[in-house]
Amino acid sequence: MSVLVYTENWDGKFKKQSFELVSYASAVAGMMNTTVTALTIGKADMEELMKLGNWGADKIINAVNNDLSVFDSQVYTGIIADIAKNEGSRVIIFSNNITGKALAPRLSVRLKAGIGAGVSKLPLSTEPFTVYKRAYSGNAFAHLVINSDVKILTLAQNSFDLTEKPTGAVPESVQVSIDGSSVRTAVTERVQQTGKILLTDAEIVVSGGRGMKSPDNWGPLVELASLLNGATACSRPVSDEGWRPHEEHTGQTGKMIAPNLYIAIGISGATQHLAGVSSSKYIVAINNDKDAPIFEAAQYGIVGDAMKVLPKLVEAVKGLKK
Amino acid sequence: MKILVCISNVPDTTTKIKFAEGNTSIDTTGIQWVINPWDELSLTRALELKDDQANGVKSVTVAHVGPASSEPTIRKALAIGADDAIRVNTSASDAFYTAFQLAEVIRKEGFDMIICGIESSDFNGSAVGGMVAEFLQIPSVSSVSGIKLEGGSPLLTREIDGGRETVKVSAPFVAIVQKGIAKEPRIASMRGIMTARTKPVKVFEPVPADTLTSVAGFEKPSPRAACRYIDPENPAQLIDILQNEAKVI
Repeated sequence: MSVLVYTENWDGKFKKQSFELVSYASAVAGMMNTTVTALTIGKADMEELMKLGNWGADKIINAVNNDLSVFDSQVYTGIIADIAKNEGSRVIIFSNNITGKALAPRLSVRLKAGIGAGVSKLPLSTEPFTVYKRAYSGNAFAHLVINSDVKILTLAQNSFDLTEKPTGAVPESVQVSIDGSSVRTAVTERVQQTGKILLTDAEIVVSGGRGMKSPDNWGPLVELASLLNGATACSRPVSDEGWRPHEEHTGQTGKMIAPNLYIAIGISGATQHLAGVSSSKYIVAINNDKDAPIFEAAQYGIVGDAMKVLPKLVEAVKGLKK
Repeated sequence: MKILVCISNVPDTTTKIKFAEGNTSIDTTGIQWVINPWDELSLTRALELKDDQANGVKSVTVAHVGPASSEPTIRKALAIGADDAIRVNTSASDAFYTAFQLAEVIRKEGFDMIICGIESSDFNGSAVGGMVAEFLQIPSVSSVSGIKLEGGSPLLTREIDGGRETVKVSAPFVAIVQKGIAKEPRIASMRGIMTARTKPVKVFEPVPADTLTSVAGFEKPSPRAACRYIDPENPAQLIDILQNEAKVI
């Protein structure tokens, strides 16, 4: 019996979301009177692996193989399934991120384990195993009962607080074997941005919509984001018009984000846009139109001209830094 | 090459969601049913691939697991341009069950490329595509934002954290797609709507399969506190509140 938590590493390094996942797994293990095994695939060094022990991992496994340089969902699923079986894992936890979405469904079939996807709280009960998950694109929550022996959960990002729980666990490196013929995808090219804060990792996001009137007006918005150490985002019309890179598009068919603070400037708050940002801890809206639906979703709002308000916000933040 | 697009039938995104009978199911009164937005984009891309003769796409089929009441949505897909459709005559009780039915259909009919939207706007499970691939023991590529056929070989663009990859994969495979897969959903032409009525919809009875999850109930998100407004002449107050009250900066 154990709770297995899949902590992805990015070039051997973990992120804040990795530690949130372990904290969550540890709390779930507490509910079930069992221990946490953290698994990462792809070489990470000892110092980095030991960090997982600060957040409640009782056992830390680093699965390695020289041929593991690229992600293949069939291969990774096989590795995780084998380890889950060895560990007698009853609950397997992933982040509800790109990797989690690629692996959880395959693993579900491999282990005949029901999935609760996008959970944002601890299970409501363990008998029957009931989880609270997002439904209707954020317009409702479902109480989902998972009836299978083994359960898979994917945790929504930024939904569970980091909880320190040092265990002193010593990481183990495990060589896994891969049958070359089983790898049927090949990555032929990779393009990756470096340096900038990733939109999906950012704790603060400043976002612009059509109310910004023109791509030439983005200067103060970008400055505000930079002063706050945040990332920039935009609504769909802005992305479609080519005013901002399409990677910035947040919304139902764009990126789903859940930062601590989402500042929406000149964004009316269409349902599809809100579906992408409604899990933010705080939403601030700045819009000229007092009837804009965004104000129904925001905790704080300013009804005013973004062109006048933005520079004053920038000044105020600069003032904080002094 | 034969392409299959899996489609689900969902309430239109602007629907005000209400629950019936003790909050265990959605109140369907007045709901406009549509093709799940990601599936609509999948279908659009499949048809774009077929339009280019050089790609050698023989047909684009849509498959749906659902009762007869889903017919109008299936006809919409045919009107948009799918050549034919398959419906498995049962309620899609959960992802595992649904994927099992689809896998069975694919085994019987044989497809080279299977495209699934990354999630459905009603259940947000993000599961069916990957499950279908695992049932069939074929590769799956997820978070796909582009599909090309180069000399008949599939070449996919996959979004990764802060970037993208180009992935080669051999058919048969499942592409699990998201935003970017097609610019805009294709709209049915008058001609498409007319011909949709006569395009074949094959109905299969379901095969026995397990469901692993069930919904015990729904709840609405707790009502947000009313928005606190800050004087537009004094935006600095907002920064002060965010720092000292909300403590997010």
